[in-house]
Amino acid sequence: MSIILMKGNEAIGEAAIIAGCRHYFGYPITPQNELPAYMSLRLPKVGGTFLQAESELAAINMVFGASAAGARAMTSSSSPGMSLKQEGISYMAGAELPAVVVNMMRGGPGLGNIAGAQGDYFQAVKGGGNGDYHCIVLAPSTVQELADLTVLAFDLADQYRIVVILLGDGFIGQMSEPITLPQPSAKKFDKSSWALVGAKGRKSHLIASIRLNPEDALEKHNEHLQAKYREIEKNERLWEASQTDDADYILVGFGLSARICRSAVSGLRKAGVKAGLFRPITLWPFPDAELAAAAKGKKNLLVVEMNAGQMLQDVRLAVGSTVPVDFLGTLGGATPQVESVIERIKTYAR
Amino acid sequence: MPVDTKEAKLVYDRPKSLVDMPNHYCPGCGHGIIHKLIAQCIDELGIRDTTILVAPVGCSVLAYYYLDVDGCEAAHGRAPAVATGIKRVHPDKTVIAYQGDGDLLAIGTAETIHAANRGEKLTVVFVNNAIYGMTGGQMAPTTLQAQKTKTSPYGRNPADVGYPIRACELLNTLDAPVFIERCSVSSVKNILRTKRAIMKGLRNQIEGKGYSFIEVLSMCPTGWGLEPREAASWVDSDMTPIFPLGNLRDR
Amino acid sequence: MSRGRPEFNRERCKGCTLCIGACPEKILSMSRDEFNSQGVPFALCFDEARCTACMSCAIICPDNAIRIYRFPQASGE
Repeated sequence: MSIILMKGNEAIGEAAIIAGCRHYFGYPITPQNELPAYMSLRLPKVGGTFLQAESELAAINMVFGASAAGARAMTSSSSPGMSLKQEGISYMAGAELPAVVVNMMRGGPGLGNIAGAQGDYFQAVKGGGNGDYHCIVLAPSTVQELADLTVLAFDLADQYRIVVILLGDGFIGQMSEPITLPQPSAKKFDKSSWALVGAKGRKSHLIASIRLNPEDALEKHNEHLQAKYREIEKNERLWEASQTDDADYILVGFGLSARICRSAVSGLRKAGVKAGLFRPITLWPFPDAELAAAAKGKKNLLVVEMNAGQMLQDVRLAVGSTVPVDFLGTLGGATPQVESVIERIKTYAR
Repeated sequence: MPVDTKEAKLVYDRPKSLVDMPNHYCPGCGHGIIHKLIAQCIDELGIRDTTILVAPVGCSVLAYYYLDVDGCEAAHGRAPAVATGIKRVHPDKTVIAYQGDGDLLAIGTAETIHAANRGEKLTVVFVNNAIYGMTGGQMAPTTLQAQKTKTSPYGRNPADVGYPIRACELLNTLDAPVFIERCSVSSVKNILRTKRAIMKGLRNQIEGKGYSFIEVLSMCPTGWGLEPREAASWVDSDMTPIFPLGNLRDR
Repeated sequence: MSRGRPEFNRERCKGCTLCIGACPEKILSMSRDEFNSQGVPFALCFDEARCTACMSCAIICPDNAIRIYRFPQASGE
């Protein structure tokens, strides 16, 4: 299999096409502009549709429509644009529409800056739109994972009729790394029971999040959604635990901060400090039991994030008071330095 | 070379309301010219202390650094709404909304139309350079047929994504606006006309007359892949036939 | 005798050449072998005697890099 050097944002695009996505709706926003540009070049060549919408709000609603029509549809944006998409995502959760939504995070809040950041964990994982719902949230850490997880995202979206958020950041979107392009998935999903294709020879389908009749229709629907989420929580957890078995200290990070933690683990081990890395890959469902198991008996956890402490809360929930949990965060697009992480771990030994 | 100031009179200099600092715009970009015209008008009308500028998201997102007046950010497309909020609190102040193609005609279409339709007493300056500059040169609602951009790499195909939108003509269907004019900064003659239009738009606000809209065709050499002088020519040769210059309404 | 003189701020000039195109007397050009601290050649007037102080260059300059001085003319002109 050949190795190709690809920029993160473009690797997502190529992987989406490999996964059979033929409908992309986007809007320019730094630092993910290479993705819509790539799709505008590639999709017409494979008989697909690229459309630059008038806004991120319009784009997510175009995804709503394309998904309702039975197609694999995708949109992408960055933090301020993701805020605009929250309405559409909530609607898609209620209507049980599959889609892949890519957020290459940048510094916030508001317009912020264009540096990579991790400040949208809460928005993605706890739900930025209204109501009780979840999206599956995948956190790639390398350009290879950007590609592989994109293919996985489309399968998960179709399997569970759910929005899957690919939560990257501005730095890994801009990075170029050698990758092997993923294979298309062998899975096939039958949407004929619900997709809108014209009601020939069958009862008509309805795609909607509003449930008014009977009185308890919305309650029942939410119970159904919750049951679906419990099933996903059981079956779709992904994580990496590296050198955690004999570790005294475990670094916990996702995405870009996990790369920094990985380098810190390497540096610490060289210095004779037994450190390990726990890296959630699904942020929802969060691998809490697996983290708790890895953390058992350890001296300290250090959560490293490019935010003010978001995944930190889920880590604390997972391990409770069984192990001290420390935090190293950077704000506004600043990145943690490997040396700072190493130094912090060394303070625990003193 | 220093000039013998005993004899010579300084007749053209940076306007006072334009901050004395280098700007970040590309060589040959129209924003620098338009900022200067607005500053000249603010100076001549004596309204530096009573002007509030609402900036867009786009290349001119930092416009409030260059104009020495109170400045306000607006989310992409929302400048007319933000300006409405400010003007309703301070009807006696001069509120300017400065916007580009994406801001005014894509994501902000609703805000643009409704501020105009309500006849908000604002001066809206619309910089039309047929492209999204800041994000690297993507297609705009004003991108011309067959024009190549980062998201119309094979040329804008009207059968697929329609034709460029004419903002002045669109707003001209509404009853409330009092002034609608399209100008350009491609030449000295056009620049002077643009200044007159901006002046009128600001005077209308000072006199409490209503909503004024000035569309300015502008160069984006970087986005278009043209040298600045070629870009100025392109405004004349290619943009102006699609976006005709002139006044559409002057009540 | 010239009616005026342009004064170029070479540090503010981005080398866009719009002034060169605008000058009706065609007396502006870019510097040769000289660059400002941005590494950019800058505009200059190579024949100030023919300047009419029309201000075209200053009007079109997006960077406020040009000042125009006008000389008082002899009476009768």
